[in-house]
Amino acid sequence: MVNFYIPETLQQALEIRGKEKAIVFAGGTDLMVRARVWFGVPSRFDKPVVYIGKLKELRGVSMEDGVVRIKAATSLTDLLDDPIVPQPLKDAVSSMAAPAIRNMGTIGGNICNASPAGDTLPVLYTMDAVLTLQSASATREVPINEFILGPGKTAIQDDEILTEISFKVPKFDVYTFRKVGTRKANALSKLSFMGMLAFDGDRVADFRAAFGAVAPTVVRSRDLELKIIGKSKDEAVSMLPELLEDYSKLIRPIDDQRSTAFYRKNVSLRLLEHFLKKHLK
Amino acid sequence: MEITFKLNGKQVSVETVPTMRLLDVLREEFGLIGVKEACGEGECGACAVIMDGRLVHSCLVPIAAANGSEILTIEGYRETERHKVLMEAFAEAGAVQCGFCTPGFVMAIEALLRRNPHPDENEIKEAISGNICRCTGYDMIIDAVKIAAKKGEGLW
Repeated sequence: MVNFYIPETLQQALEIRGKEKAIVFAGGTDLMVRARVWFGVPSRFDKPVVYIGKLKELRGVSMEDGVVRIKAATSLTDLLDDPIVPQPLKDAVSSMAAPAIRNMGTIGGNICNASPAGDTLPVLYTMDAVLTLQSASATREVPINEFILGPGKTAIQDDEILTEISFKVPKFDVYTFRKVGTRKANALSKLSFMGMLAFDGDRVADFRAAFGAVAPTVVRSRDLELKIIGKSKDEAVSMLPELLEDYSKLIRPIDDQRSTAFYRKNVSLRLLEHFLKKHLK
Repeated sequence: MEITFKLNGKQVSVETVPTMRLLDVLREEFGLIGVKEACGEGECGACAVIMDGRLVHSCLVPIAAANGSEILTIEGYRETERHKVLMEAFAEAGAVQCGFCTPGFVMAIEALLRRNPHPDENEIKEAISGNICRCTGYDMIIDAVKIAAKKGEGLW
């Protein structure tokens, strides 16, 4: 049987993580499913576990100088209840699971699981979120797109804990978050799309787009976004076929039990096309 | 590991393995078999209980995480006036058929009404979206919540 540590402070948690290379357990809504054995039998973990779900230092949302700071073990429900959390992120969170899971599941868990279908990820990519990783002796910051390396793979070291997610909310006039799943509740995404536009008169002042579950990691390209930034709405619309062609090269979904590559790619591109056509009129 | 928590209003303690699920401890150690296991992975809501005021799936909570918490199961809730109103509303609406999912639904509805005593239809659907019922088709359960919210005016 493995040790299950319940530290009282973040510092203690970091020391245990460093010494024992313990599994970091926050909400547990994914870990407990993976560790499940049978009824009446303890859940099975192959390494010691450090429980951070109730650490006050790791819960809560604040805003300083226009930067939103979300502690990593903040539950999804707490995000929905907090007036500081921007609406696009709330849209993504409210599309996840169902109330009882959102009461336990955390934003840090959604990131560290690094599932291609993680629903907070496309939003956090468009916000250029930065992750704070702490070990007992050091702290570093990593942009989210450099943190997530592939399905289930992240740049976290085995003595580190994700402690905070921070981002400056970009200026935007319109946005959309769309999750496509088999049903509304408790469905994992077949794909998801996050789009954001800001205008300066008739010109596109900013454009951001991210796609979830259509490649090993979230698809976002600043180079492609820059193609229509600074252009008039008419010019941007005329560039749409080319832009869709460019995105279609980046969107490389797979067939799996939830959907097919063909469906995922088509719907992703149509969501992007619809979003741009609707708002560039 | 000794775990201490408040269970249906009473302080209790139990000696168990920290990674044992809250679900198993409630059923095996305390005989609270109104807490059901069906999917075992947080999809169906049959094992739902209220922990520190919030609905949780007890199959996803290791008992160590419940240490120091306050847990309410259907057995404790049954002693309340709110439950009486809700039970009568379920009967009136025909919201129970086989009954297996009912304790989970009742806990989910209690969690909803605590936050929002006058939910609209969409809010009711959202609140029970983590619970699966294979008999009723949900409409009668939604009706029951509406009846309970009306008849239990002032209780929540």
